[in-house]
Amino acid sequence: MQNAHNMKEYKGELTGALNNDFLREAMDKFAVAYRTARSNAFSGMDVDGLIGEIAKGKDEAMAHLEELLAQFTQKAEAAGVVVHVAKDAAEANDIIGRIAQKANVKRIIKSKSMTAEEIHLNTHLEALGMEVTETDLGEWIIQLRHEGPTHMVMPAIHLSRYQVADLFTDVTGAKQEVDIPKLVKVARRELRRKFVEADMGISGGNFAIAETGTVAVCTNEGNARLVTTLPRVHVALVGLDKLTTSFNDALKVLRALPKNATGQAITSYVSWMTGPTECLASANGKKEMHVVFLDNGRRKLARDPLFSQVLRCIRCGACANVCPVYRLVGGHQLGHVYIGAIGLILTYFYHGTEKAKNLVQNCINCGACKAVCAGGIDLPRLIKEVHARIQDEEGHPLQSSLLAKVLKSRKLFHTLLRTAKSVQKPITGGTPYLRHLPMIFARGQEFRALPAIAETPFRDRFASIKPKVTNPKLRVALFSGCVQDFVYPEQSEAAVKILGRHDIDVSFPMDQSCCGLPVQMMGEREASRSVAEQNVNAIDPDSCDYILTLCASCASHLKHGYPEILAGDPAMSAKVRKFADKVIDFSSFVHDVLKVTPDEFAADGRKTTYHAPCHLCRGLGVTKAPRELMTTCGLNYVPAEEEDVCCGFGGTYSMKFPELSAELLKKKLANVEKTGAELLLTDCPGCIMQLRGGLEAKGSAMRVAHVAEALAERLK
Amino acid sequence: MSEEKRLVELFTEKAGLTSAIVSRVKTLDEALAYTVDVCEKKDACQILMSGCESELSEPAGKLCDEKPGKVVVAPELEAGAFAKLKALCEAKGIHCLAEGMRRHLGGVDIGFTIAQGGFAETGSLLIDSDSEELRLATMLCEVHVCVLPISTLREKSFDVEDQLRQLSSDGPSYVAFVTGASRTADIERVLAIGVHGPLEMHILLLED
Repeated sequence: MQNAHNMKEYKGELTGALNNDFLREAMDKFAVAYRTARSNAFSGMDVDGLIGEIAKGKDEAMAHLEELLAQFTQKAEAAGVVVHVAKDAAEANDIIGRIAQKANVKRIIKSKSMTAEEIHLNTHLEALGMEVTETDLGEWIIQLRHEGPTHMVMPAIHLSRYQVADLFTDVTGAKQEVDIPKLVKVARRELRRKFVEADMGISGGNFAIAETGTVAVCTNEGNARLVTTLPRVHVALVGLDKLTTSFNDALKVLRALPKNATGQAITSYVSWMTGPTECLASANGKKEMHVVFLDNGRRKLARDPLFSQVLRCIRCGACANVCPVYRLVGGHQLGHVYIGAIGLILTYFYHGTEKAKNLVQNCINCGACKAVCAGGIDLPRLIKEVHARIQDEEGHPLQSSLLAKVLKSRKLFHTLLRTAKSVQKPITGGTPYLRHLPMIFARGQEFRALPAIAETPFRDRFASIKPKVTNPKLRVALFSGCVQDFVYPEQSEAAVKILGRHDIDVSFPMDQSCCGLPVQMMGEREASRSVAEQNVNAIDPDSCDYILTLCASCASHLKHGYPEILAGDPAMSAKVRKFADKVIDFSSFVHDVLKVTPDEFAADGRKTTYHAPCHLCRGLGVTKAPRELMTTCGLNYVPAEEEDVCCGFGGTYSMKFPELSAELLKKKLANVEKTGAELLLTDCPGCIMQLRGGLEAKGSAMRVAHVAEALAERLK
Repeated sequence: MSEEKRLVELFTEKAGLTSAIVSRVKTLDEALAYTVDVCEKKDACQILMSGCESELSEPAGKLCDEKPGKVVVAPELEAGAFAKLKALCEAKGIHCLAEGMRRHLGGVDIGFTIAQGGFAETGSLLIDSDSEELRLATMLCEVHVCVLPISTLREKSFDVEDQLRQLSSDGPSYVAFVTGASRTADIERVLAIGVHGPLEMHILLLED
């Protein structure tokens, strides 16, 4: 739940979560176990193909939402169901409250429903004087604790067996042992009584199938089967986004849902309910059945060209399972009712700006969520877009609009960097790091040493190092990105050296500027668009065969971000497409295009490990090239654990949430150091800044370098 | 390998992963005898703890006291087979019921059903659950024994799609996919079997 009024309060909650040792340990274990469980569950299946089919089915359903609703209603009513459509939370609560009152209901049992959480249904029914009992074990536990869920399918994942034992001791009035199977049996008996006494059951619905008017619910505990069987009234509360064209589409989702949620092949129970069936507790022997559809903004979302894809969400929670930030702080801090990446977006649409405004900034943009989403939702992009919308509504914070102003003018930006260089001496103390940073910049940054600005930027060095090639094999335009231009020019130089050896004509278009990802991350849409346009105009795609960059973040932003950012501009869209097609990252270029061979390098067998930058392994899908290059140039590559988990840099994220960035870095360095390697390679100057800074701060002797540097140093 | 053999092996493997106990029977009579045997041995081994041995609140505990001895419930079983089951049960002093689950909400020992289909890829059963007695018997029993005629076994969930649609098309209906026993991992992600429903699932593959 989001109760923080401002960023300061929100950060205070984050710190509290970071200090919760049980939560941290539980989340770590889960994050690691989940990865294996998921991959086992999907083993042998075409996962991408399945995700594509789910997305297609969901998109088609949402494009025909009204027809499906009409078809469902007709079929369900013919079978004896009363169908309601609520425009918002208040109306849904009101409808369900009235159904209960009319049926003279005193006690209600519920199976798990995120939609009911969304509208805070229990609060409403309790205010009407009814007793409401959650019957999913996790939901019951959090209900007894008066909390919201911290995960979409494991709502009580933040609690320990000790806390549950204490809670059950209070509930039963008898001392409970700290023993999970026994605690589960206590819940079985205590809740059995609630089932027996209830006159109404409320379920959610994973599917509302239009072709037959069927509502389907998945559970492991089987509680939904009892909720929909024992009481005389059944109300299914279902979001309009759960309208499903056919059984076929539902079965496709069912193939992915439990596997993506927890690595389980299928839930123990899937109940397909069409109309009111036999109920011997009712006077006429039949159940009274209602389906209440909830709009609450879904119809509007379905019509939104960009955001309609959020309605593909199947509520598996996988986006939280893989989120490095969720892993650190848990669901109460990374969601309001809906949790994880999708929660950051849905909170804005279903619960409003006030609840979403802090949350939405807490995305490190690593893309892990997008890579596992069962509906193929572009979650990181939509989170940024929500952030931008909120800033447009609420006004832009000073730092963000300043950065936007500076980046929009390349000359101003570069002049500032050069000025900073000329005055940084007292701060660097002659080292390559900023040693004595004024407090205003240094707050929370003690976990890493920040680099100094280089003596001479790459753009000023390029003319003197440009290889003289008479018979060029290929023409390559180099896009350095700000960090390699002004902080680590030696990395670009290393690349130029290798390209020269292979008779590549290298150019460095001088009008290039920052790629714009930092302003995109900060929700500065206008500056982000303007910078993208400048860069596309600075590098004429017709003048080169490839646009090469050594920065994974720049590469993925130029390749995938630019076409989206400039899509609405008819003057730019064709050009940007051509531009994006030519963008390639360094490792792929050297591995796939130059096809370097071991005989070009003097092997030294140095023990080396690797950090896979988020924007390379997920952003561009490049995983093999850098790892094979390490072997090709004669290094002894030793894989680290969790190589593809974010290092915690995230650009401006590490300035905004230094505490979280530091924790992510700590985990990363621990995994790296466990390998015993002397050298740590990666493909992104941002990651290098973070990793090198962290190792420097802790006084480690391990060296961090770009793959390009390792190759150039070993060239014969 | 014959298609049938392949499916049976896949089903047995996948159902086994959910901790279901899968056996083969040649006749329905054999299935009935198996059921009575399971019921007879049930408490002797003391493996199942349904919660009544726990420290409970008074009203929850009261519900435990309502159980009249061992009970097998077999709703929707055809009359001839039911008579045989009842005779087998009574010979061992076990109550055998076809209905009246609402008088046994505290729980029964065994729920006996015959599935209408199944799919091997996840070891799942398709059970027509229109009957309230059947839904309650399969949820409030401690052991669910379900017969799956091998002729109705398919490979994938999509292979029962038509059957599912047909069952759901003609007036009110309640169809269930059931895979293994009732389970939860809601406390510290530790798997615990039997949170609301059966503590054990036995599947008898019937050679029909």
